[in-house]
Amino acid sequence: MNLNLQELSVEHGEEVILKDINYDFQSGKIYILIGRTTSGKTSLMRTIAGLIEPTSGQILLGEERLDKVPIWERGIAMVYQQFINYPHRSVLNNVEFPLLRAGVAKAEAKAQALQILEKVGLSEFKDRKPSQLSGGQQQRVAIARALVRNTRVILLDEPLMNLDYKLREQLREEFRVLFKSTAQSVTIYATTEPSEALFLGDELLVMHEGRIIQSGKPNYVFENPATIDVAQIVNDPPMTILDGEIKDNQVIIGKTMQFPVPSHIKSVASGKYKFGIRASEVTLGLTGSSSEEGNVALSEVSGSETLLYVKLAIGEVVLQLEGIHEYHIGEKVAVTLAPHRIFLFNMDGTLCAAPGN
Amino acid sequence: MAKITFTNIGHTYDKNPDQSTWALKPISMVWESGRSYALVGPSGCGKTTILNIISGIVNPFQGQILFDDVDVTKVPTAKRNVALVFQFPTIYKSMTVKENLAFPLVCRGWKQEAIEARVGSVAEQIGISHKLDRSASKLGADEKQLISLGRGLVRDDVTALLMDEPLTVIDPQLKFELRKKIKQIIEGKDITVVYVTHDQYEAMTFADELLVMDLGQLVQRGTPEELFENPVSNYVGNFIGSPAMNFIKAEVSNGVAQIGQYKIAASTNLQGVANQQIHLGIRPEYVELYSGSGENVVSAELVGVDDLGSTRILNCRFEGQFIKAKIPRSITPPALGTVGLRLPKAKVIGFKGGLQIR
Repeated sequence: MNLNLQELSVEHGEEVILKDINYDFQSGKIYILIGRTTSGKTSLMRTIAGLIEPTSGQILLGEERLDKVPIWERGIAMVYQQFINYPHRSVLNNVEFPLLRAGVAKAEAKAQALQILEKVGLSEFKDRKPSQLSGGQQQRVAIARALVRNTRVILLDEPLMNLDYKLREQLREEFRVLFKSTAQSVTIYATTEPSEALFLGDELLVMHEGRIIQSGKPNYVFENPATIDVAQIVNDPPMTILDGEIKDNQVIIGKTMQFPVPSHIKSVASGKYKFGIRASEVTLGLTGSSSEEGNVALSEVSGSETLLYVKLAIGEVVLQLEGIHEYHIGEKVAVTLAPHRIFLFNMDGTLCAAPGN
Repeated sequence: MAKITFTNIGHTYDKNPDQSTWALKPISMVWESGRSYALVGPSGCGKTTILNIISGIVNPFQGQILFDDVDVTKVPTAKRNVALVFQFPTIYKSMTVKENLAFPLVCRGWKQEAIEARVGSVAEQIGISHKLDRSASKLGADEKQLISLGRGLVRDDVTALLMDEPLTVIDPQLKFELRKKIKQIIEGKDITVVYVTHDQYEAMTFADELLVMDLGQLVQRGTPEELFENPVSNYVGNFIGSPAMNFIKAEVSNGVAQIGQYKIAASTNLQGVANQQIHLGIRPEYVELYSGSGENVVSAELVGVDDLGSTRILNCRFEGQFIKAKIPRSITPPALGTVGLRLPKAKVIGFKGGLQIR
């Protein structure tokens, strides 16, 4: 059954919360909403759930006008960033509860709850109280409670946000298996993390300032970001954007870097542009005309990668190095941009040329 | 800033202790002046106990603690001159930002001019100069936490900066910025920093050295790079790195490890290992796609590819076990099915009973 959003807007005077959202969600697929905080992801989910009333537009679930249905009858399950459970009930009770409320017989509710608890790996904790569980386990209880109802729509609002990265990594993998069992539901999952989006998503919706600014297959959006905003949102760390121009078959970035125009932007007219490069496509070392020396502004380790923020004459550039390395603030390093991996944006921020896969 | 020395420091919260109830098993170590340390490990591993012993909030059950050469074991927290930053920002709500930062100096009877100058410079460092006259209660959690930190730094006699999961209540989107800022504030300064966290990102970003704790014991101490390259246990191999280290079951016979049909050469010397099952550990980053033959080249089945953006994870089945390889996006992943993998010998480490074989 499709969930169809038509011209959906939420506006309070000048304040735009959601604007002209048109999208058709199909059951059996995982839709990822990606965007920065306050981009409208949570508002969109809350509007679908009925917690926010749209100021215009409509929500259809199949043939039914969902926006005319009261919240408690919409049959939508939602999982939040915070681990929300009934603190005084056991894990099993927490999961049975929505079924019992819906009038399912006690024995049947228990059987279904146990089955879901098995799936999320919590069977042995069924008699504990949520407070006796770790954060990751508490969030699994909330997810089990959402899944057990077999609702037509499941909304997950950054469910991994409050977990540390080892747990995020683990739950991300579990989710992919869990969501396979929700083929009858429309699953919408909000995140700020590109890796989660690419890992879990069948379809990607990029949100910015209350609008959907691009949608498509995650990999396509990643390789063909329609604007600089999209490029920043779907890359972690955000793509480095540098000002420059194309003149006489040369790329000139800042005042100091100049190299021949790479083949994928050969046909582009001369003029001023913005040049984007991913952190993983900037490397260390002086290797030619697309290199420059600068100083480390910061080094950070994320997972198995080291992120280096380097101040160059052409601007600040982020590099992602495989493995864990030690660098100090102020240290001198040389970096090289890969010309054939440059994303070219027009001055208004729209994509002009992408390097392709 | 002070060098901190632990001599046989151990702690138990039990009134009638025996060996099994140590929250912190006796440990002797030196925290060098001007270095930053991260204590990491699961809940209950003893990391906060260590922090509380340094600050004096907890009196150790046994042992001696020195700041430089002075025994402070019985010295109360207030006299230790440590700066503390907790999970929740601690600010004086009725005061302005400036008054908050100045408070420790006012209490010490500093002159007004000296206070102005000092507060001005600290405010500059934490990037809050433009909000000095605001009420501290009106700020966001991240700025409040910076003020907690600033109030610690403002004194010139601070022996150590102790932080207990200071980013817990910070919005994830702001965490990155705050992490960056704290790092810039403490780097290059002569501050002894001890930082408790369960988040590996934070630990590896802040610390010159990581101390991995488990069950009240120090499991490994080293730079992030050392822990990544040479984990002493399966626990560290899992904890550091994303995805975790691959651990593959292997049989040792006559000092050689064998996985199914393949003999695998390891950097670990296995000559002294009896014929038995061990685990070979290799980081997904070091597993290479390889066509051809050679040392440690094996045939595996690629069963799935995970896209993580700048890298991809190849999930492979190999002799009935799973192995992950992490490859950069610039390499096009092969089609599902048979692939050749090389496990470079220098990167293959032997583990037995959860510990690296020495």
